[in-house]
Amino acid sequence: MNKFWVVLFHTYLQRLKSKSFLITTAITIALIYGLVNLPTIMDYFDKDKIEKVAVIDKSNVLFAPLQKQIEQMNGTIDLEHYEGTEDSARTQVMEGELDSYLILKTNSKGFPEATYKAKTVAEQRVPADLEQALQQIKGGIAAEQLGLSEAQIAEVYSPVDFNKVALEEGAKTEDELNQARVFVYILLFVIYFSVLFYGNMIAVEVATEKASRVMEILISSVSPVKQMFGKILGVALLGLTQYFLILLSGFLFLRGSGSTTINEGLVSFLDFSNLSLELIGYAVIFFLLGYLLYATLLAMVGSLVSRVEEVQQMIMPVQLFIIAAFFIAMYGLSNPEAGIVTAASYFPLFTPIVMFLRIGMINIPWWEAGLGILLLIGSIVVCALVGAKVYRGGVLMYGKSTSLKDFKRALTLAKKES
Amino acid sequence: MALDIKDVTKRFGAFTAVDHLNLTVPEKEIFGLLGANGAGKTTTFRMLLGLIDQTEGQISWKGEKINYDTSHLIGYLPEERGLYPKLTVKDQLLYLGRLRGMKKTEIIQEMENWLTRFKVPEYKNKKVEELSKGNQQKIQFIAAVIHNPQLLILDEPFSGLDPVNVELLKEAVVDLKEKGTTILFSSHRMEHVEELCEHLCILHKGKPVVAGSLKEVKRSFGKKNVFIDAEFDLSFLSEVEGVVKFKRTARGAIIQINDESVSQRLFQQLSGKGFVRKFELEEPSLNDIFIEKVGASYE
Repeated sequence: MNKFWVVLFHTYLQRLKSKSFLITTAITIALIYGLVNLPTIMDYFDKDKIEKVAVIDKSNVLFAPLQKQIEQMNGTIDLEHYEGTEDSARTQVMEGELDSYLILKTNSKGFPEATYKAKTVAEQRVPADLEQALQQIKGGIAAEQLGLSEAQIAEVYSPVDFNKVALEEGAKTEDELNQARVFVYILLFVIYFSVLFYGNMIAVEVATEKASRVMEILISSVSPVKQMFGKILGVALLGLTQYFLILLSGFLFLRGSGSTTINEGLVSFLDFSNLSLELIGYAVIFFLLGYLLYATLLAMVGSLVSRVEEVQQMIMPVQLFIIAAFFIAMYGLSNPEAGIVTAASYFPLFTPIVMFLRIGMINIPWWEAGLGILLLIGSIVVCALVGAKVYRGGVLMYGKSTSLKDFKRALTLAKKES
Repeated sequence: MALDIKDVTKRFGAFTAVDHLNLTVPEKEIFGLLGANGAGKTTTFRMLLGLIDQTEGQISWKGEKINYDTSHLIGYLPEERGLYPKLTVKDQLLYLGRLRGMKKTEIIQEMENWLTRFKVPEYKNKKVEELSKGNQQKIQFIAAVIHNPQLLILDEPFSGLDPVNVELLKEAVVDLKEKGTTILFSSHRMEHVEELCEHLCILHKGKPVVAGSLKEVKRSFGKKNVFIDAEFDLSFLSEVEGVVKFKRTARGAIIQINDESVSQRLFQQLSGKGFVRKFELEEPSLNDIFIEKVGASYE
């Protein structure tokens, strides 16, 4: 068996068996399960939770319409026409018999006025519902005073007709854009997270081998270049395995949860029919290319440290690029045509995230995407060539290593002629 | 000649680690590379293995350049020992053996043999971090020889081992040589070199200061030692012409002389002075040679 494959499968299998892999995968799958079943879970916790609100109606006319409105809205607020004084209501709230109380009055114009009192006002839903109900009642009263019919009122409240039409051929419609935004956001996050997570894994792996000094035997049996790329691709394979497991379990949960919940909650937000294969294809390409670029850089950096503790410090500058790319992309979600976004999409360290955003959000000519990918591949090749050299020298270097000078030292060590 | 190092120089910037080194290591022999710390031994080994490239000169094994295509022929025990602490002995050797081009069944077979030989068969499924340092070193040694290399490079193989294990490892080294392995090793311990090596080279600041077969080296050194065990004061002998060093011992003296003939003069001087229990002319020890060649320029 070629030594490259030996390194690749060793890296892959050792990582696959490791506790950290099993735990992160299990947690992610649990999260997916939670997400898929979110509506059921939320219902479960809120089932018995009925807010008891005492209403002290000083106007003597508002309680009945308010109760009618609230009943129409939802079933979680229980209104009680309270006959006692405010003081006794307050005592009951403080003792926990009531959740809150509401004082209703009418002002000089005959409109309702209300004061809501509870232990804390951190809870927003109940007062918001009450306010909304009173607003409706107020609208009714006002309309009545003006002598308007119900049909006339409905007309006043109906929303304005506002349509956006994209003139450019192939540009996304408003609906498509909203859908795209969700998918692009999710995929962006996946790319960002995977590049950061798996890239980090590479740097730590290299540094561990160096720190345990097993490196010198390794590089005496297999060339550093084969070793570096065996490792990088082994971890890439691990990443793909992890995503496969997560997607598979997500799919199974969706099927298992049945037709009652599939259209509810977060899942209904994603209309999978709108997800184009093209976009998924680009996501895979940019994930792989982005990973390769950062993994090469991080393997190179990992080869320069002597102790595992120094890794974080050394990879921070590299990680900042991917974090910056992510922030540019977040800005680009609402302004995909901004100049900075366009410019950033051609900078190879930003391309995997920012160019993907542009492809997902706006209709860019094929050559722009192509150019970005070409630049990205080009810089991967350059990084791989330089990285392999630095790696070759770096793995033999021990001592304090925290500066850029080490790159130079490592390169000199690896040089044929010096 | 099997291993040929021709006029090899390695410079790191302004610093010359190895300076015009010429070495030939005969096949199926044990060759000792000696030198103080920083003399260039590890750098030489690293160049031999192709881990770093020499600035000038050629290195070849049986006429061929050493590179990753020949790595299955070569075994290496680095001075800085290192194994994966979290892997079991078995997984470790499987991985390292595969990287030397072996098949799984061969590795298991060889591993069992070696573990039994080193009297530690029960360590097969233990993690390396659970083993003592000496036992880790045995595993490290197995990793270097498991693929039956033609050329074995051992950098300080016996450091940090107790005397029993040193013997165990020495026997293994001699056995390997007998089976036809060419062995190149470095050490600070002169008695090990004297015991094992036919040929040797002493490096000093990257330059070879002494090289050749053990016998030649000793002969050409010229100086010899005379041990005298006598019941009277021998200090007057230090005045004799040709005496280089005089050292009193509990029962007599050790006298270093610059030529064999001086011993005759010493012998004559002793006659009639009293009772001499022992008069012995000895080859210089490698230790003497090393200290003289390398130590002198330390002062």
